[in-house]
Amino acid sequence: MKIFNLHNGLVVGINRPNIDTDMIIPKQFLKSIKRSGFGKNLFDELRYMGEGEPGEDCKSRTLREDFPLNLPRYAGASILLAQENFGCGSSREHAPWALDDYGFRVIIAPSFADIFYTNCFKNGLLPIVLNKENINYLFDKTESVEGYRLTVDLKKQIVSTSLDERFSFEVDEFSKHCLLKGLDEIDLTLKQADAIKAYELKHIQLAPWIFGAIK
Amino acid sequence: MTGKTLYDKLWASHLVKQRDDGSALLYIDRHILHEVTSPQAFEGLRLSGRKPWRLDMNLATPDHNISTDSKERSAGVEAIPDETSRIQVKTLDDNCDYFGIREFRMNEMGQGIVHVMGPELGASLPGMTVVCGDSHTATHGAFGCLAHGIGTSEVEHVLATQCLITKKMRNMRITVNGVLGLGVTPKDVVLAIIGKIGTAGGTGSAIEFSGQVFSEMSIEGRMTVCNMAIEAGARVGIVAVDEKTIDYFKGRQFAPSGDIWIKAVEYWRTLQSDEDAFFDSELELTGDEIVPQVTWGTSPEMVLPVDGTIPRSEDEKDPQKRKAISQALSYMGLKGGEAITDIPVDLVFIGSCTNSRIEDMRAAAAVAKGRKVASTVKQVLVVPGSQMVKAQAEAEGLDKIFIDAGMDWREPGCSMCLAMNADKLGSGQHCASTSNRNFEGRQGKGGRTHLLSPSMAAAAAIAGHIIDVRSYCGAV
Repeated sequence: MKIFNLHNGLVVGINRPNIDTDMIIPKQFLKSIKRSGFGKNLFDELRYMGEGEPGEDCKSRTLREDFPLNLPRYAGASILLAQENFGCGSSREHAPWALDDYGFRVIIAPSFADIFYTNCFKNGLLPIVLNKENINYLFDKTESVEGYRLTVDLKKQIVSTSLDERFSFEVDEFSKHCLLKGLDEIDLTLKQADAIKAYELKHIQLAPWIFGAIK
Repeated sequence: MTGKTLYDKLWASHLVKQRDDGSALLYIDRHILHEVTSPQAFEGLRLSGRKPWRLDMNLATPDHNISTDSKERSAGVEAIPDETSRIQVKTLDDNCDYFGIREFRMNEMGQGIVHVMGPELGASLPGMTVVCGDSHTATHGAFGCLAHGIGTSEVEHVLATQCLITKKMRNMRITVNGVLGLGVTPKDVVLAIIGKIGTAGGTGSAIEFSGQVFSEMSIEGRMTVCNMAIEAGARVGIVAVDEKTIDYFKGRQFAPSGDIWIKAVEYWRTLQSDEDAFFDSELELTGDEIVPQVTWGTSPEMVLPVDGTIPRSEDEKDPQKRKAISQALSYMGLKGGEAITDIPVDLVFIGSCTNSRIEDMRAAAAVAKGRKVASTVKQVLVVPGSQMVKAQAEAEGLDKIFIDAGMDWREPGCSMCLAMNADKLGSGQHCASTSNRNFEGRQGKGGRTHLLSPSMAAAAAIAGHIIDVRSYCGAV
């Protein structure tokens, strides 16, 4: 897994709640059997006019000029500011793959949907929850100050501004540890293989119908 | 000591290891795979030289992007016209062959939408932990499973280790007592709940549905309710096991028989929350007050009783909500203040993992019988959720009722629920749909979805606009 430690980056905001995974990456792009290449279709319907097709060269498509990601001042942004319930809807991991492929490393919102939140960590993307008041403050700054950047320190669990304003955030210890070290979760779990086998022995005694039925 | 909830019990009985940091290793009994969220997981296994931990916990089937057109379907996988879809379905077949995973192939009896075929085959059974790379996996909670959707990295993790690294959720209980009126269905109950708590109301929680309405509801109806727990933000929806649950699984293909069946039933009968169980949050609704529901906007929480009027943005005080209402009205091409029954429909979709089981087919057929689709309606798709549902419906003659009414009777698959196949809405078209999401572009770019029950959808097809189905069954 990709390591995440300290990140300083340009901030862009999408100021609407309930951004769902269909909006993040529309369904026609889910037919790929790869993990990469989704960035150019991130927010496809919000970003371009007309319907996008997989494999299409997006450079020749007409952009929706009012969409923040299309404004030159936000080019190269790596921190996404969003509103409540970001990532709701489908479990598609193509959503964090697209955000990552576009170049985002951090998403800051007042709340996230559960499955999306979990999927981010598996892909070296850090979802940060801040309270509504701080989010609105950051939206104001992002819109009013051109080139507005933030620094995210995962170890200290702090988001800071260039004026040294600090916002602390929560993250569970296990996910933090994996991100800081870039650990492979499957490797970690396979180190517990003996515990899994011991559990299975007990489980098959209590619930034998679970085992061997599907052949 | 306080008692335990059903979720607490299922969690405890599958716990391999609880870590000090709050995360846990949970054992997974059933893992269902489909073509869209599995290829990258299988590729991960190959690249790292790993094998599935065990094979008998896995089950696969294609459903999301296969055609529902019978001509196209009978031509087989090689003839799928869209190249990327064809590659994805073939990749699932190849991966299942390579790793030795039991797959029900596209035209094989047993194939169907993952959350329809799993229970009907008895592959998912009460008391199990069930995961799938699909957010509607909560469906299997209807018969006392701890079931939820996972991402592709987790699909790979479950394949390789038979476990999931996860954290315990909070417990939430939604109680609906009373009796549902004629024409009011499980879909209306769950839409009414989402309307009440919102699309993030259940975030971080496992929701147990309890009370008279659910105990009187069929197992398939409970599946419809649990299916949409995710639309209330909850990954897990769950209903306690009762005798109806046990009857439902008797004789199913992968269900136990003989002495093992007796042992299983004995265990399943313990799968209820204790009377003194603690829930972090509770909500109560009265079943008698629920009427048929229809969504007007672009989020499942934007829902109205069928006798309601579409909200006006100017009546909303909260600026963010006001903006959301006006955005939704503009996308949907609607005006605040209109009656929801004034909305004409261009297409009707009866299907999806929410509402494509035999009872749904029967409910839609009961309304369609002896009637004709309105001339203004361009297409009505009736898509059974599985090969078995299709066979059963045909044995009952339901297909003829639909065809006589002017509807299309299709092959099993996800169809127009998510527009990953040829079944999609055109821009600006309104669709009365029994699916689960009315997000912008969900059923096709620019498409306008109205979520409702199968009988309400059939009624809309006949009337040509949203209509209260109770006027067809003499309840109003």
